[in-house]
Amino acid sequence: MTLLELQNVGYQVGETPILQDINLEIAAGEWVTLTGPSGSGKSTLVRIIASLLSRTSGELRFAGKSIDDYDPIAYRRRVSYGFQQPTLFGETVRDNLEFPYQIRQLPFDQQRAVTALEYVGLTASDLTKAVVDLSGGQRQRVALLRNVMIYPEVLILDEVTAGLDADNKAFVWSMIRHFNVDDGITVIAITHDQSEIEAAQRLVTVVDGRLTTGGAQ
Amino acid sequence: MNLAVNNQSLILALGLVMIALAIGWHEKLGIDRDMIIGVVRAVIQLFVVGYLLKYVFRLDKVWLTAVLILIIIFNAGYNAKQRSNGIPRALPISVGAILISTAVTLGVLMLAGAIKFIPSQMIPISGMIASNSMVAIGLCYRNLNAEFKQERQAVLEKLALGADLKDASRDIVRASIKTGMQPTIDSAKTVGIVSLPGMMSGLIFAGVDPVRAIKYQIMVTFMLMSATSIGSVLACYWAYREFYNERKQLIGPSN
Repeated sequence: MTLLELQNVGYQVGETPILQDINLEIAAGEWVTLTGPSGSGKSTLVRIIASLLSRTSGELRFAGKSIDDYDPIAYRRRVSYGFQQPTLFGETVRDNLEFPYQIRQLPFDQQRAVTALEYVGLTASDLTKAVVDLSGGQRQRVALLRNVMIYPEVLILDEVTAGLDADNKAFVWSMIRHFNVDDGITVIAITHDQSEIEAAQRLVTVVDGRLTTGGAQ
Repeated sequence: MNLAVNNQSLILALGLVMIALAIGWHEKLGIDRDMIIGVVRAVIQLFVVGYLLKYVFRLDKVWLTAVLILIIIFNAGYNAKQRSNGIPRALPISVGAILISTAVTLGVLMLAGAIKFIPSQMIPISGMIASNSMVAIGLCYRNLNAEFKQERQAVLEKLALGADLKDASRDIVRASIKTGMQPTIDSAKTVGIVSLPGMMSGLIFAGVDPVRAIKYQIMVTFMLMSATSIGSVLACYWAYREFYNERKQLIGPSN
């Protein structure tokens, strides 16, 4: 089933086109790897899909409906976006894992938080750990947990392993694979990493604001 | 009344401006032109206001008092807007926030019997309230602009997680309200031990018993707390939405 459908999506700032004629269909549960040179428009494309930016032309449909018909807040809870160098909120790890609950006015599920932390190699006692004391790899794991504490349908990842060492990289990718395979979350991941590109199930390449490979199937 | 400022003593006091000008010249500060304009403007504005107030006080009309208060509020709102650095709708937000903060504060003071609706009380008190509210709102705007720039990444991440605009901006709004109120809180802490503020000094100057004068100053402290807090809260909560577009996206550079 097609979950996301982009038809002739374009984005321009003033007269300068950043993206042109993007046609892309992504099925539910799929893992799409997005690559291309720096400045080619990959981040802009995923920000449009995440509703952090609005396309200036074309159509973007999610679950059969135009993105314009969704409330942007409700949409972003279903299509979650993880950043390259995430900012952790508040003081502690708990503040971050609690955030998705707070914004939905739901009670914090501490048991789930502990299970999640243990799954990513942290412990229950790390819940009260100050975010400033986390290593780069730990920060990214906590940030990604924040994205999936309440499952989204799509997880967009903008070079989330850039800057991490090989061990942390492998760990983060195995985490994401788990979300994709076991939890059925659709993944759209930007990467420059050659081994990740080679291992891609479906590779989409963006060059100069256009898709060169892997667009609409 | 033992006040002895006459035109002659004012002219002699102009010597004080000469000292400031001399320092400016000697140190090559390049502010002599501004200083002269400032002095001339102050003299003209105060003379005009003095005669205007004399006329209004003598007339003692409710509608005229109300019109003057509204002019004060509009001017204060316009000045606060000038400090907004391009925040959309800053004029109606500023005027609205100052209007409500002034109206609530004046209303409570009147209900409490501390002041009466007569021009000689309402106009100066409104001016004090509106100008403090104006300064507080100006600080709020400056802080909102600075924080939305500095915390851009955190705001984007909150939005990306599905936070609504209020949740995404909460920390910034709180910090901005605090910034707006800080000068009033600081001056409340030091009132009497560092400064003898204008209201109290004026009354003492005019021969009023200091114990009576401080009661007025206490009232002023309370009313400025109320005015700056109401003004800051309203302006921040109305203005933060202007940093987002209708698709609830943060306005500004995309990456």
